[in-house]
Amino acid sequence: MKPFSWRFIRMWQRNRDVFLRLWHAEAPGFVAEPILVLLAMGLGLGAYVGLVDGQRYIEFIAPGIIASYAMFSASFECTYGSFWRMEHQRTYDAIIATPLSVEDVIAGEIFWGATRSLMTGSVILAVAAAFQLVHSPWALLMPILSFLSGIMFSSIAILFTSLVPSFYSFNYYFTLFITPMFFFSGVFFPLSSFPEILQTLSWILPLTPVVHLARALFWGEFHLNLLVALVIIIVLTILFFSISLVTMRRRLTV
Amino acid sequence: MAIILAQNLTKKFKDLLAVDDVNLEIEEGECFGLLGPNGAGKTSLVRMITAVSPPTRGNIWVLGKDLKVYPRQVKAILGVVPQLDNLDPDLTVLQNLITFARYFAIPKQEAYRRSTELLRLFQLEDKHNSRIRELSGGMKRRLLLARGLINQPTIIILDEPTIGLDPQARHLVWQNLGELKAQGITQLICTQNMEEAATICDRVAIMHQGRILTQDSPQALVSRYVGDEVLEIEANSRNRGKIIEKLTSRGLDFVDMGDTIQVCHVGRDELARTMMNFPERLRQRPATLEDVFFRLTGRTLVE
Repeated sequence: MKPFSWRFIRMWQRNRDVFLRLWHAEAPGFVAEPILVLLAMGLGLGAYVGLVDGQRYIEFIAPGIIASYAMFSASFECTYGSFWRMEHQRTYDAIIATPLSVEDVIAGEIFWGATRSLMTGSVILAVAAAFQLVHSPWALLMPILSFLSGIMFSSIAILFTSLVPSFYSFNYYFTLFITPMFFFSGVFFPLSSFPEILQTLSWILPLTPVVHLARALFWGEFHLNLLVALVIIIVLTILFFSISLVTMRRRLTV
Repeated sequence: MAIILAQNLTKKFKDLLAVDDVNLEIEEGECFGLLGPNGAGKTSLVRMITAVSPPTRGNIWVLGKDLKVYPRQVKAILGVVPQLDNLDPDLTVLQNLITFARYFAIPKQEAYRRSTELLRLFQLEDKHNSRIRELSGGMKRRLLLARGLINQPTIIILDEPTIGLDPQARHLVWQNLGELKAQGITQLICTQNMEEAATICDRVAIMHQGRILTQDSPQALVSRYVGDEVLEIEANSRNRGKIIEKLTSRGLDFVDMGDTIQVCHVGRDELARTMMNFPERLRQRPATLEDVFFRLTGRTLVE
């Protein structure tokens, strides 16, 4: 594996400039939808749900919604977005003919995906705070957690992107990987309501540790398991980040 | 010293030998043309020289720097103009140049200064705020050329710079390239356009099936392989077989083109004597690089 350099920031800046030109076309996806889900599920479904410790259902799902939509932002950016730039616009080809290397380009993409997670996470956090769903100042760390998990999900997504032949392949990614995580990582119901085997399995899903950390930050309640969650996130991030640099170099420099 | 030096360069894909043991020396300040049919290996060769594709075997030095060791430093002094438009459609014309300047770490103000100057040079200044999709083919090509110059390169590498352009746009590009040459910028051009190669290149190499068959100045290649004039015999009649027999017996150098027979390296009078007993018409025309190309790479489709 070749390391990336500070020049990755140039790719990040390129994506930022495009975003600043076109963000209004994307705003409904990364702002309106999570808020709709939060309110519809939280207030609508929540009216029928009683939680053991007297928590309101909308309070229970808010941190998980932030974690999930941070994941969606990074995943869309580094699958459809990256593939479009790579194959259709040939943006990568143009850039790797300059002093930027493949590794710089991919690192720029990953950090940009993480920046999208950061933005999404921060906006929903503000909405949640406005609805008085936040109970601890620790929640101010949510944007950082969104960014960190954004690096992880961007890395996984761009690794997948580096391997697929066509746009349609991303249907598999979202149907078989992202959507199951949305439902089985403890966002909408506590993992303890699953059979033992599913509880263990759900810890394989990278969203699970993020949801646990997010919920802890919302309530300011910490326990030792969270350290494990943090370690899982960091290890997965380093792992997928490194592999994606190798597979992308293989794809782009034939 | 050669500004680009390639030795024993080979590129192998799964079961295709795209570039086969090529040696290349390009001198500073010259305009060097790579000619060859589709699939000859031109693009693979250029991708290796621009450090985006690692050679299977062989070495490349640009300005004395080993490309394997210093890819970034070499890429910093290259201007690359691709055949396929890979302009950034999400950005405006001016933003395309400024964003590209940033990849070369050119400071903001300088980037802006160079971008506006290049837009003026390439007659795109009223388009600075346009989207890429609003540009015509010729404008896009000029913008690609401008983008390739944003880092004030020592060497500019162009892949089919005028393909698909109308004659006016083509001549404008040639004129621009001539100005760059006058500034001492070395040029490496891949092309299938023989007129282009003969007009703007100091030297050309003809590539076929991964190898360089020959290289020299266009004029030298023409006189070596074809002579100054080509004589064409219209030979779709029943005499065709006899004519070919006659030419062969005289030891003349000819190419059977099907409907015509082209005779090279021969004076009109000599051929007229040979053809005395045949009624077929003789046509004389100046020899071109295209004749050389056909002689060396054959007339059948390669792909």
